[in-house]
Amino acid sequence: MQYDLVVVGGGPAGLAAAIEAKENGVEKILLIERDRELGGILQQCIHNGFGLHIFKQQLTGPEYAERFINILKEKNIEYITNTMVIDITDKKEVYILNEKLGYKKINAKAVILAMGCRERTRGAISIPGFRPSGIFTAGTAQRFLNIEGYMVGKKVVILGSGDIGLIMARRLTLEGAKVLAVVEIMPYSTGLTRNIVQCLKDFNIPLLFEHTVIDIKGKSRVEGVVVAKVDENKNPIKGTEIYYECDTLLLSVGLIPENELSKKAGVIIDKRTSGPFVTESMETNIEGIFACGNVVHVHDLVDYVTLEAKRAGKAAAKYINGTLKRDGIKVVTINGRGIRYVVPQIINVNNSNEVTLFFRVDNIYKDCKLEVRLNEKVIKSIKKNKVTPGEMETVNIDFSKLDVKQDDKLFVEVKE
Amino acid sequence: MEKINLICIECPMGCNLEVIKDKDIEVKGNKCKRGKDYALKEIENPKRVLTTTVILKNSYLKRLPVRSDGEVPKSLLFDCIDYLNKIEVEAPVKMGQVIVENILNTGINIIASRSVEKLP
Repeated sequence: MQYDLVVVGGGPAGLAAAIEAKENGVEKILLIERDRELGGILQQCIHNGFGLHIFKQQLTGPEYAERFINILKEKNIEYITNTMVIDITDKKEVYILNEKLGYKKINAKAVILAMGCRERTRGAISIPGFRPSGIFTAGTAQRFLNIEGYMVGKKVVILGSGDIGLIMARRLTLEGAKVLAVVEIMPYSTGLTRNIVQCLKDFNIPLLFEHTVIDIKGKSRVEGVVVAKVDENKNPIKGTEIYYECDTLLLSVGLIPENELSKKAGVIIDKRTSGPFVTESMETNIEGIFACGNVVHVHDLVDYVTLEAKRAGKAAAKYINGTLKRDGIKVVTINGRGIRYVVPQIINVNNSNEVTLFFRVDNIYKDCKLEVRLNEKVIKSIKKNKVTPGEMETVNIDFSKLDVKQDDKLFVEVKE
Repeated sequence: MEKINLICIECPMGCNLEVIKDKDIEVKGNKCKRGKDYALKEIENPKRVLTTTVILKNSYLKRLPVRSDGEVPKSLLFDCIDYLNKIEVEAPVKMGQVIVENILNTGINIIASRSVEKLP
C-alpha cells in the first residue's frame, strides 16, 4: 500500500492535520485510528468549554470532534478505525494491524504523528498499599461513565487537581456519587480556575493542597485511603493523617505524550516535554516525519492542538511537493528562568516569518512579565497579572522584522 | 448584612471576591469591571450549562452525550439530572437534535452533543 501521507491517530490533532494537508493539495492520505471511531478523547469529554478560540463558542468535546469528522468525510479523506500501528521506520514505512487487513506495510512519503498522550497511573507515583479494585485513572473513569454508562463508585477520593480530576469530581457528583475530597500534592492546582469554581466550589467539594494519598486500605475493593499533609520536600508529615472511608480512588496525576512509535522511527525526544524535538513546521529530526498535539507536549486547550496540527498538515504538504526548505537561518529556542519548556525547539526562519511559541511556566508568578530575547536583545515583553503552570502561554514572533543569524538563540523568560 | 466569598472565573487571574449584601450590594477584591458583573450575576441567580448523558438504544453506544442549549439555574441541576436519567433515546440521532424540550419549565432545551447512526 502506498500513500502520500499517513496520519497516526484520529483525535483532534490527527483530524486537523489530515484536513489541512488535503486543503494544501495532498491527494492520497490515510488516517489511522486504533479506537472504533474517530474523535479521540474528545468523545468522552462531554462537558463544555471546547472551541472558545477556534469557533468563538463553548462546545462539548463530541461537538468539537464532530465538526472536524464531518469536514474529513466531506473531503473524502480515507480513514481506518480499529487499527493499530505496530511500527514506523525512519524510511516512513508504517506497519499496521487490524482484523480485516491483518498485518500490512504501508509506504508513505510523509508521516504525521498524532497519537496524543496517556495518563500517569498509580505505578508512576508509587502509592503503597494493596491493589484492590476501585482505583482508576480519571480518564478511564470518564470513559466508563460517559461512554459505557457505568458508575465507578459511590464514595470517591480524587488524587490530583488537574482538569480531568476536577471535571470528574463534578460529573460523579451529578450522577449521585459523594466526592469526599480532591487531594493535591502541590500548593496550587494545575487545573483551570474556572474548573475549580464550577466543579468543586459549586458542590462544596474540599480541595486539599500540599496533601497526598499515603496508603490505600482494602483487599478486594478499596475500603478507604489515608491522606497526609506533605512538607516542602513532598514527604508526608507524621500526625497529619486523615482517613477517608471510600470505595473508589481516582488518579488525575498527569499526562505523558505517547511516543513509543516515535522512538521506533528514531525520533529524538525532548526530556522537558516528553515529546519530540520539533521545528517551526512541526517536523521531527527525521525528515518527513511530523508531530502535533499532545504527542509533542500536553496542551490544556484543544484549540491550540488544532492550531498546531494545522501547522503540521501544511508543512507535510510542503514536504511532499518539495517546497519545505532545508537551507536557511536556524534559530534555537531556549527556556530561560521560570520557563519549563518552549515549543518549537528549532525555527528555520526561511519556512515561516511568523511563528507562535507555546510554553509553560514552572511556578505561579504574579505581576510579572513574559520576556522574549533574541540573544541579549528584548524583542517582546508581555505584562501578566498571573501565570500558572496549568495554563499554557503563547507568543507570536514576527521574524521578518528581526535581523537573525545562524544559531541565534531565542530565550523565553519570566521577569518578576 | 451578609458576606459572600467568590472566586471570579472571567479570566485566569481568579480574583478572590468579597460580596457584601446590605441595602446595596458591594463587591470587593475585583481587579476589573468584569469581576463585579460576575459577582452580581452569581449572587442573584447562578446558572450553569448542564452536560450529561442519556440512555441510548439501537446503537453500538450505550449512552448519548447531551447538553443544555443555554444555562439552567444551578439550583435545578440535580432535578434536571434525575429527569434525564429516566430518558431513553433511540438511534439514529443528529447532533443538535432536541432530546427534551423546555426541561422543567426552564425554557431551556436539552440537545444531543453528537450524531449516532442506528445499528445496521
